[in-house]
Amino acid sequence: MDDRSKPQSVLRHLNQEKIVFILTIVLFILFSIILPNFLAANNILSLIRSVAVLGILGLGMLIVVLGRGIDLSLVATMAISVAWSLQLMSNGMSVASAMTVGLAFAVGMSLITGVLIAYAEIPSLFATLAMATFVYGFGRAHLITGTDVVYLPPNIGWLAQLGQGHVAGIPMPIIVAAGLALIVFLFLRYTKPGRFIYAMGDNFFTARTGGVPVRPILVMQYVLAGGIAFIAGIVTSTSAQAMNTRVVNSNMIYDVILVVVLGGVGLSGGRGNVRNVIVGTLLIGVLMNGMTIMDIQYTVQNVIKSLILLLAIVVDSILNPRDEQTGQQGDI
Amino acid sequence: MATTSTLAKLRYRFVPDHVIGELLSKKWIDNAIPFLVLLCVVSLFGSLIPNFFSGSNLAIQARELGEFGLVCMAMMLVIVVGGLDLSVGSNFALGNFMTLALLNLAGWPVWLAIPAVVLICGGVGFINGFLIGYLRLRAFLTTLVTLIIVRAIVDMLLLKYSKAMSVSFYDSTVWDLIGLGGVGGVPSSFIILVVVALIGHILLTRSRPGWRAMAIGGSRRSAHNIGLSVRGTVCAAYTISGMLCGLSGVLYAARLGGAGTDTGMGLEIAALTAAVLGGNSLGGGRGSVVKALIGAVIVQVMTNGVLRIGMNSGSGPMVLGLTLLLAVFIDVRWLKNRDKLLSKVYVSPTLVELPTPRPTDAEKGGALALNDRLREVEIIGLDEVESPEDVILDENDYLYCGTRHGDIVRFSPPHYKEWEVYAHIGGSPLGMAFDKAGDLLVCVGGMGLYKIDRDRNVIKVTDETNRSAFSVVDDSRLRLADDLDIAPDGKVYFSEATIRYEMHDWPVDALESRGNGRIICYDPNTGKTHTAVRKLVFPNGVCLSHDGQAILFAESWGCRINRYWIAGPKAGTVERMVDQLPGYPDNINRASDGTYWCAIMGMRSPALDVALRMPSFRRRMARRIAPDQWLYPNLNIGCVIRFNDKGEIVESMWDKGASNHPMITSMREHKGWLYLGGITNNRIGRIRLGDWADKTWSGYRSYWGARS
Repeated sequence: MDDRSKPQSVLRHLNQEKIVFILTIVLFILFSIILPNFLAANNILSLIRSVAVLGILGLGMLIVVLGRGIDLSLVATMAISVAWSLQLMSNGMSVASAMTVGLAFAVGMSLITGVLIAYAEIPSLFATLAMATFVYGFGRAHLITGTDVVYLPPNIGWLAQLGQGHVAGIPMPIIVAAGLALIVFLFLRYTKPGRFIYAMGDNFFTARTGGVPVRPILVMQYVLAGGIAFIAGIVTSTSAQAMNTRVVNSNMIYDVILVVVLGGVGLSGGRGNVRNVIVGTLLIGVLMNGMTIMDIQYTVQNVIKSLILLLAIVVDSILNPRDEQTGQQGDI
Repeated sequence: MATTSTLAKLRYRFVPDHVIGELLSKKWIDNAIPFLVLLCVVSLFGSLIPNFFSGSNLAIQARELGEFGLVCMAMMLVIVVGGLDLSVGSNFALGNFMTLALLNLAGWPVWLAIPAVVLICGGVGFINGFLIGYLRLRAFLTTLVTLIIVRAIVDMLLLKYSKAMSVSFYDSTVWDLIGLGGVGGVPSSFIILVVVALIGHILLTRSRPGWRAMAIGGSRRSAHNIGLSVRGTVCAAYTISGMLCGLSGVLYAARLGGAGTDTGMGLEIAALTAAVLGGNSLGGGRGSVVKALIGAVIVQVMTNGVLRIGMNSGSGPMVLGLTLLLAVFIDVRWLKNRDKLLSKVYVSPTLVELPTPRPTDAEKGGALALNDRLREVEIIGLDEVESPEDVILDENDYLYCGTRHGDIVRFSPPHYKEWEVYAHIGGSPLGMAFDKAGDLLVCVGGMGLYKIDRDRNVIKVTDETNRSAFSVVDDSRLRLADDLDIAPDGKVYFSEATIRYEMHDWPVDALESRGNGRIICYDPNTGKTHTAVRKLVFPNGVCLSHDGQAILFAESWGCRINRYWIAGPKAGTVERMVDQLPGYPDNINRASDGTYWCAIMGMRSPALDVALRMPSFRRRMARRIAPDQWLYPNLNIGCVIRFNDKGEIVESMWDKGASNHPMITSMREHKGWLYLGGITNNRIGRIRLGDWADKTWSGYRSYWGARS
């Protein structure tokens, strides 16, 4: 390789993940310099803690997106299943059985979603969109009576530690997120279904021809995502002392997509890793924390987050251009 | 052999089985399922909600539909080009806010404010379009970003101006007319929707930009490769989508006159649901204004209806989610299986009872007795022509034939060894005839009636006829023009073998044996084409009788030759001339002694004759087994027959050993020779005729006299 091609090849190696990572570090250094309290250990912990739930949901989204799908029902599943669990607990059910029922609801709903996508061949965007509205509507109409917000019942006991406890000074949500990240990483990297997910995301039809049981794997992806959403919900509710079902109507699901895509996970599947999710989560965490310290209005924060996402995908599309010949039909 | 019952005959005569297949092949049948859902939803909520059909309720609903329908059309438009626009809700809110701000705070007049708002929202659409079209970003993410940004901008603006806006009130008669009034009880927003929908429909289905948008959605790569400006069109689609959202925002502002943070919240989900419910395919290429509007009505009736019934707050989303699931499920299945279903039900055989064929045994004798006279055929152009369906000779003895490559090939006399491509038409040239000026008229399968003038220019004569009144398929286009002849007054009579199958599928029509064909007349004096006789069973050869009073035509699968009077006392009537043929008659041409030649392209077989009496058997066959294993008529061995004006068969010529020239679809007598063509042949044949034939007779002179 001669010298002239070198600068270009450096640029070629610069993918979205690296760009975002560099951006995160730059922002981190910048905030450390200009914001007095930013570098304090407490602040760093609360930074990561604030995005832990986003990161957990991002892991669920990652599993689905890798197989060329998308799950818009994560937040709805999370909110309704956990809210129902809490409601059952406050109605006197034991913690273990209430949790089981909640988890079963989350997994059951995502099982239906998976079956609809894998066997009925409904595009994932619609199946999950419809399931999100359905789960929310069903939950509000039949499961959770009374208010939008279900508070933690007093008899919750040890479970509350998931959101509020500390291990060696580190808040539990961070540990839960890190543990889940490790599990998902190992699953995707070393297990057969994990590799199959990549194969399906790369080329669905080749994977099918190659003997991958595509339909069961598809269902499994959504079930895993649903289970992870339930865990995220437990962490959320125990941290905040309540589960607000109105979160379904917020922009949260878009934030989850933002976290996943920002790190460089390809929405067309097959491209991405747990690392990407972590990078994306960290950037959002640094940003939100810095902006909160700077006392920037919530709506402006939204604009900045979106502009950064836009910047990331624009740069990515310039570095790795998609043209008319290679673009996949129906790829939105 | 059991005879068919009268009941079965009546059933196959009057039940139009073939219509099912034709309906399924129509493009608008796509809307049938969404429309059914619409009917169900309307009737359900109509029965549950009192006063649903009352005038005032309908007016309210129509006014809201005006706004929602525009947003759905905006969504449909970007879906058609293969994209998605999640920012419609925010853009709508922006339009609403800007309208109120311009009118109330800036004090602009209505006629200035509305275009300004449409342009502002179009600008948001343009940003989407630029990012997605030109920078090739993903529609989903990009519009997600604009959704959040525009929403945030609206929120910030609201924070700043909402107090100022709430105290001021815009007063104008035009504004009130838009927001509250209407024309003759029809709300103005609904009128605007209808106007926009009409324009949109015409643009999308009848104009070049619309076709380009559909092509890009259908296959972006192919559209790019044929040179369409993909990026520009995609960008334009998003821009127009933004403008529609802006217009919708204006209407909303006119109706409610207030702006809140929840304006247009979740509208993108509702619009997406509506667009997909209506049958617009995500991924592009399939969508229409009608689909968008059907979806819009369904979603609006449902969301409003659930609220009105008074179910608790969760039930609305629940019902909406379930409906979306169901609709997408049906739509996906329908798209996937429609072609399968169509190919299974399109072939719709009918009951045919062919009369017993005339005997052809060599021992019994008779005009049709098998002989071996075609064994002596001289071969012309072996392996040089492919599928010469018809042959014809001009006054200078040049021999012409069509080939399946769309050429007219000309062989030179006297030995017919040298040949050249006389003209290239395309399609499948079939029957030919010379008109008085010496121009060659050709029926081209798949294209219509064409003329090659003496300077070898190819001119389209006609490719359409009048459409029949109640036909489901558009039968105005000529699909399979087969053979022609020219009346003394210059009118061209030609046959179209079938209106239900394309050129390459013509043998499938034999499985149906329904009257799918027609005789069509082209009048050169008026330039008009009209259908003369309908419902013929594969009309094939056409020949003007020697006296010029009638057109003789063969009905191939009916094994008969008919006479259609074009002059004289019986003009306009059709009568049977030759019946009970042992095979399928093809082209008919004049013979020198006042009789007619007719080619028999294949012989009947008892198996197919029985099958023709059993339409359900043939239908089952068409559904269950692959087309190459269907029972087709034998088209390998035929013969040439000669018959006179009374319908009596005079002689026949066979190739008994099937060694030299067994397949014949056409023959021409010329100066004592008979020239033979066959659609599956790689050669032309000629045979010297007996002493009865006039050695100076030629076809051109027989029609038009000696050239002066």
